[in-house]
Amino acid sequence: MKEILSGNEAVARGAYESGVKVASAYPGTPSTEILQNFAKYEGVYAEWAPNEKVAFEVGIGASMAGVRALVAMKHVGLNVAADPFMTFAYTGVNAGFLLACADDPGMHSSQNEQDNRFFARFAMVPLFEPSDSQEAKDMVRIALEVSEEYDTPSMLRLTTRISHAKGIVRLGKPVDLASRPFARDRKKFVMIPAYARIRHPLVLERLKKLKDLSERTPLNRIEWGNSSVGIITSGVSYQYAKEVIPEASFLKLGMSFPIPERKIRRFASRLKRLIVIEELEPFLEDQIKAMGIPVAGKEYFPRVDEFTPDIVEEGLIRAKVLRKPRVSRPHLPVPETASLPRPPVMCAGCPHRSIFYALNQLKGLVLSDIGCYTLGVLPPLEAIDSCICMGASISMAHGVAKAIEKANLDEKRPVFAAIGDSTFLHSGVTSLMDVGYNKGNVKVVILDNRTTGMTGGQDHPGTGRTLQGEETVQVDIQKLSESLGINRVRVVDPYDLEGTVEVLKEEVAFQGPSVIVTNRPCMMLVKFDPTLVHKVDQELCEGCGMCLRLGCPAIVPGEKIPAKKEGGKVRHKVVIDANLCRGCTVCQQLCKQGAISKAHS
Amino acid sequence: MRGGKDEVTNVLVVGVGGQGVILASDILSEVAMRSGLDVKKSEVHGMAQRGGIVTSHVRFGKKVSSPLIPKGRAHVLLSFELAEAVRWIGFLAPGGKAIVNVQKLVPPIVSTGIASYPEDAEQILRNMVEGPILLDALEIAEELGNPRLVNTILLGVASKLLDLPERVWRKVVEERVPKAFKELNLRAFDKGRSLL
Repeated sequence: MKEILSGNEAVARGAYESGVKVASAYPGTPSTEILQNFAKYEGVYAEWAPNEKVAFEVGIGASMAGVRALVAMKHVGLNVAADPFMTFAYTGVNAGFLLACADDPGMHSSQNEQDNRFFARFAMVPLFEPSDSQEAKDMVRIALEVSEEYDTPSMLRLTTRISHAKGIVRLGKPVDLASRPFARDRKKFVMIPAYARIRHPLVLERLKKLKDLSERTPLNRIEWGNSSVGIITSGVSYQYAKEVIPEASFLKLGMSFPIPERKIRRFASRLKRLIVIEELEPFLEDQIKAMGIPVAGKEYFPRVDEFTPDIVEEGLIRAKVLRKPRVSRPHLPVPETASLPRPPVMCAGCPHRSIFYALNQLKGLVLSDIGCYTLGVLPPLEAIDSCICMGASISMAHGVAKAIEKANLDEKRPVFAAIGDSTFLHSGVTSLMDVGYNKGNVKVVILDNRTTGMTGGQDHPGTGRTLQGEETVQVDIQKLSESLGINRVRVVDPYDLEGTVEVLKEEVAFQGPSVIVTNRPCMMLVKFDPTLVHKVDQELCEGCGMCLRLGCPAIVPGEKIPAKKEGGKVRHKVVIDANLCRGCTVCQQLCKQGAISKAHS
Repeated sequence: MRGGKDEVTNVLVVGVGGQGVILASDILSEVAMRSGLDVKKSEVHGMAQRGGIVTSHVRFGKKVSSPLIPKGRAHVLLSFELAEAVRWIGFLAPGGKAIVNVQKLVPPIVSTGIASYPEDAEQILRNMVEGPILLDALEIAEELGNPRLVNTILLGVASKLLDLPERVWRKVVEERVPKAFKELNLRAFDKGRSLL
């Protein structure tokens, strides 16, 4: 049986076939679909955790209890989970434990492009890097077996072009595993200093054994070619290199930490030139250079952005390995005038839009966070001042407010934090606790749209539903805020612009912490209702452009209005796209001419 | 249209978030697999989808390595939107075919006057490639009774240029569209095929 699966679907399938029974994750592009797909299999438990640290620890528990576990996250998620990861590397496992972690070279949907292969080296755990969907599925099983045999967590490193690329995968049957009952072993699992001192040397010993495995495993294979050039590569870069220079000899590293030093020496000894082709950091290159083997890499290939076959080819031409492009292809030059920017935009009807419009009215400093609302930075709203990491908005705002206060800065602007519900529950809660506890003068706007929007609408502890579709308790964000010591908690309807601005003004006037929660759901959760669609009366529209300041994709320019005098500004009347408008009415509230109204009254 | 014996056929499907680019490329990939070929495809999800540019690289043949099509190597460029066809035209191989839905999706950034829509897009396409296939798939879809048939019509056109069996195409289209719209989609597919 064969199926076309994405890398993420293949990881989920691999986990199912390998007998994984417990999986936990927090959504994050490009890793989200791993758990979404795993959750559909019979007889497994899969959950959204509030954050990656929690997900990781749930996995540790399952492994301790003798059940194979999978935890999944995006690259920056491992920063959050680094605390349990680094010490779990000491204790080791009972049943197999797999961390599937997806990097995002090129930052399609991320705030940085850190190379998480270093994390495997940092924690001294085995690292597996698939180069397509079939390998992704196969490596899940191997990584879990290695985890049990070597008493270590295993790490599977994906990238966007593995996670979201699809290929043909042969499906197998789930295995029957013998149970591994949890035997109490305090010197292994209780990491007090005395016992951790026992574990650390064991970690180093384990690393030696993993090095031997790296020499033996068929995942690290040499493909002899008929040229004097040898390519050392891993992950999707292998596929690009195969495309561009199939005649070269390849050392393809499927297990890329620890590296197989003897195999690398053997490979090097038969070749005139060695080139390392790897995305992002010189992870393999530096280690091979440290072995004293001359090798080229980053002087020819970029250290930023994701690779493409073209970038790999250009690098090989710079390295004089290839003389000219393999296929002469006069790239058609596209006229510059034709390039149309199409930045991502908040959806029509998105409840975040009016909040940012309102925050602009208050001329505040707005520390923001990770989510769809980060798009509030783009024109025409240009409403936020920062985005660093999950939860940072609130604690950064607290820092800004304290700095202004204590250093007597000449700064009259009110300080806001703008954070979504899922991000707040991920890691904004402790920050808000800090604000309450330390009496910060911060206005925290929680953009509660009842879902994890940017990753496609996943449930979280505030939605009342689990990943596997069960009804459950719902965190009450207002009550939670009150419990954290915030005495002023207000709810606003973001579709009521005037009312929202009013509440924000009242809270700014108050010295001390406030929480303002918005109460409209994400448009992805709301069924399209054609009776709510609005229209623009073309007789009344003067083309003033007020409504365009919202940056709503449903509002588009229509008929030209000639300039009043020669050389004056040509304006456009606007029209509302009836296929996009969701009837939020915010543009109607801004229109001074009263030109906007419901299309079907 | 294909890359010759043993070579990989490359189809770049492009458009704007929400147009159905991903579903179309899923169908194409499935047709290729069921025709006994190796297939890979690659696209980007996440932030790029919020009204942004969507591209899906589909490659099939005896053995496919890279999931991305090298520049200048696409045998077919299937564009769901006019300006997007111009953006990606550089991926087309010499002699490759561009199938372009001339529908225009104007982003808000144009409404606010920061950028402008390339008004001469059709002319640019005509200047740069031989015999681009320009069609108003939205109009055809509406004539057939449902604007959501755009991607099936475009697949119908593409199927005439790709060396994959028609019966496999029809089977996969049937399976992948909502049951209630099966007949309508097959009609749209045939309509697309009849255009070439």
